[in-house]
Amino acid sequence: MQAYRRRAVPYLLQAIWMLALLSGPYVAGLCACQRQVGDNGSTQPGAVATVQNKGSDTMVNLALAWAEAYAAEHPEVHIAVTGGGSGTGIAALINRTVDLANASRRIKDEERAEAKNNGVEPVEHTVAGDAIAVVVHPSNPISGLTISELSAVFSGKISNWRELGGEDRPIVLVSRESNSGTHVFFLETIVRQGRPEDKTLFSPDTLLMPSSEGISSEVRQNPNAIGYDGLGYVTADQKVLGVASASGKPYVLPSIETVLDGSYPVARALYIYTNGEPQDKVREYLDWIMSADGQKIVKELGFVPLP
Amino acid sequence: MKQPKTVRQNEWLIETLIRLSGLSVIFFVALIFVFLLGEGAPAFVKVPLSSLFGRRWYPTEGLFGTLPLLGGSLLVTLGATVMALPLGLATAIFIRELAPDWLREVLKPLIEVLAGIPSVVLGFLGMTAIAPLVREYLHVPTGLSAFTGSLMLAYMALPTVISVAEDAIDAVPKNYRDGALALGATHWQTIWRVVLPAARSGVLIAVMLGIGRAVGETMAVMMVTGNAARIPHEWDALFRPVRTMTATIAAEMGEVAQGSTHYSMLFAVGILLFLLTFIINAFASAFMIRSRRGRGGRLVG
Repeated sequence: MQAYRRRAVPYLLQAIWMLALLSGPYVAGLCACQRQVGDNGSTQPGAVATVQNKGSDTMVNLALAWAEAYAAEHPEVHIAVTGGGSGTGIAALINRTVDLANASRRIKDEERAEAKNNGVEPVEHTVAGDAIAVVVHPSNPISGLTISELSAVFSGKISNWRELGGEDRPIVLVSRESNSGTHVFFLETIVRQGRPEDKTLFSPDTLLMPSSEGISSEVRQNPNAIGYDGLGYVTADQKVLGVASASGKPYVLPSIETVLDGSYPVARALYIYTNGEPQDKVREYLDWIMSADGQKIVKELGFVPLP
Repeated sequence: MKQPKTVRQNEWLIETLIRLSGLSVIFFVALIFVFLLGEGAPAFVKVPLSSLFGRRWYPTEGLFGTLPLLGGSLLVTLGATVMALPLGLATAIFIRELAPDWLREVLKPLIEVLAGIPSVVLGFLGMTAIAPLVREYLHVPTGLSAFTGSLMLAYMALPTVISVAEDAIDAVPKNYRDGALALGATHWQTIWRVVLPAARSGVLIAVMLGIGRAVGETMAVMMVTGNAARIPHEWDALFRPVRTMTATIAAEMGEVAQGSTHYSMLFAVGILLFLLTFIINAFASAFMIRSRRGRGGRLVG
């Protein structure tokens, strides 16, 4: 029976490891809160100033590309970019641990109130636009849907492609996790069709994928699937559907042009929030992002540049 | 026999150190539980019971029904147990009773290697390779389902089940086998009627530890079960997506604001998970104590 006792030890260790990992973010969060960002990155001449930038996972590649291009021109500034989600970025701004918070949604009223309590005044900067593309398997014969059809599909009222004029197949819904800014935007604009009083939810059968890669891997191999994601994350092996704002209106495919002329209905702005009006290095960086150089990178990564 | 003083002092020191490290394990587990309780308890005050036992988990809309998560975890674990148990037991019997010595020496380390594959690798394999196969061959809407999750978990629990079951079979005294064979029983009758019943308690421990491994697994499950928070109630629920407790904590903890209801709720889910694994481990320990008292179990039939 000695054997069982010997075996039992690794399981206890495993349990402790698992729980230690669970409590890890909490401890890390505590430490991070201790560190306050001082005076918006202004330091003595000669030293490298660090600008902390955190938030939206949709924007993390864009923010990294900006940071790299900017650092090449301005070696005196170091921009540290991390993801985690729009909510995480705004929470960090409220806790004064970042200079710039990236968000793929507007700041909520509760968050603004919490910031005020903490003496933080979030200022919004629109830095780029983004189209949300609705994607299906390349073999799917459907080429466009209206917003009300999409709402019925994603809330589970329509569950077979036949009802939309497609093949006799069950519909498999693929979405980002419910706490992602993209999910919230899609819920408000498509599932609830822009009506704030509407309390419709995504169908409970919706697959919630932790990453954009999860969505594309399911959509590209499953002929039943329909999903959505930022245009910058759509790969060539998925079919993008046209979206019509109402029945009888034309189906519009997402692109920079259709977003800029307002004809593609599922478009949103991407924001950066600062604490108060930005100063010195942070202001220079934001100005550069809005400039032609910064907006060129927006276009390269599949997002929509500012008009 | 009289020992020199220094030797006795050393012995005392070493014994104390070992005792302390043993006690510290209990201390740490208690500390973790207190932490979980402290962070999760507010959820039971902030969230009404009707919501806690609601049918939907949609935290951004204030819906905190834990039933879909509990159902998801239980279904995936049950599926994994049903798959891993016969296979693991058969492998253990083969290695201990039937395989020639040289094969046993090859198989045992290979099974240990199996245990070392990181779960994220298995999850990736499951997502890109197994899920499409499951969808095509079983004709289900999506391969990201409880079944695929169970398959991955069964694979992960197998090394545990095999090793512990094999030890249990090994612990059956040789004269049991000799006695059975002397009475004219065949090899198979000896294994099925004598060896296995004698090793029963150890085999049960193997199953319990396997279940414990499966219920706590996160990464692979998050990647292959589809994470749809639905209550598995239909007869074919195993072939539909589910959302487990572990995947929920892992997916949502990163984005949640500290101190919010959602944050407390995730810790509350952690408490549920802790209780679930505690119950499983308590069962395993109960069997362990019984088997120790009964000196390897009794013969039946």
